[in-house]
Amino acid sequence: MKYRARLAAQGMAIGLVALLLILLAWSLLHRDGGGLAAAANRGELPKAPDFTLDRLDRDGELNLASLTGKVVVVNYWASYCAPCKDEAPFLEEVWRRNRRRDVVVVGVDWQDFTGDARRFMRRYGLTFPVVHDGPGDVGFDYGITGLPETYVLDRQGRVVHAIVGAINTDEDRQRLRSAIAQALTA
Amino acid sequence: MTFLRIAACVAAAVAVAPAGASIGGAPNPADLEAELVCPTCKTTLDQSDSLVAQRMKAFIRVRIARGWNEEQIKSALVAEFGPGVLAEPPGGGFGLLAWLLPLAALAAGAVAVAFLIRRWSGRRVPEAEDDAPLDPQLERLVDEELARFDA
Repeated sequence: MKYRARLAAQGMAIGLVALLLILLAWSLLHRDGGGLAAAANRGELPKAPDFTLDRLDRDGELNLASLTGKVVVVNYWASYCAPCKDEAPFLEEVWRRNRRRDVVVVGVDWQDFTGDARRFMRRYGLTFPVVHDGPGDVGFDYGITGLPETYVLDRQGRVVHAIVGAINTDEDRQRLRSAIAQALTA
Repeated sequence: MTFLRIAACVAAAVAVAPAGASIGGAPNPADLEAELVCPTCKTTLDQSDSLVAQRMKAFIRVRIARGWNEEQIKSALVAEFGPGVLAEPPGGGFGLLAWLLPLAALAAGAVAVAFLIRRWSGRRVPEAEDDAPLDPQLERLVDEELARFDA
């Protein structure tokens, strides 16, 4: 009887280790760098994680869910990120051209000093809403793997397209325009 | 002459002071970099070369030059990046758990080890009883040997 109990315990321990190994292998196989971006670009329309963060362009907070019903372009950037500087003027242009069409550009200043971020905003003339994610938790929720990253959300808050890296070529810019058009009709 | 002696003593004291020690109460950048964490790579600043870590190191140096103390610099960085930038968890509130839980685990382990040692040392091999009857054949052999010895 004792022998059987020991055998059962050993079997359970081996089973547990095997299960953990399977889970590890599964997670390694499904790592595609930024799960949300990959899912969006597979056409799965994943729900964008909600957030409420302090605004840098004015006092108060901004809650993403409060923008439901509009198309939202969420752009992660930081003042020390060189490619973010390249794309900043284009994002401002997108905001100015589309704000009357229910399109909102939201900048998320990620793991950055607020003073540096405000200087960046002044330098590049950014007038769209910008929030501060100092600890970086919201960015981690989105699964960002670097800066910059841009997510286009439809009116229901689903991610229709994600651009990992800078929007600094005509092709990238066209991708963003197409994603916004797709989100407006979704 | 007395002035020269005092100056020599001060110079000697500075020479033998540890390299990392701060002078005049100003925080040492290297010490602070070892006590603060880069939010991107989650290692201490002295081990990180990420862009945000470089910016944080510059921030520390500038604030030290402006006369800020250690607490002021740490508070400013916590305000920007959250409490996760502190390598050591805060000593109060939820952060206290980080200090207490390892101690509690250590105490629980010690109790468990003591219990097991006590239990294992309590298991003794039953000793043969002195008044147990001998095997008849063995008893006969012993009697024969004793009789031969008496003879």
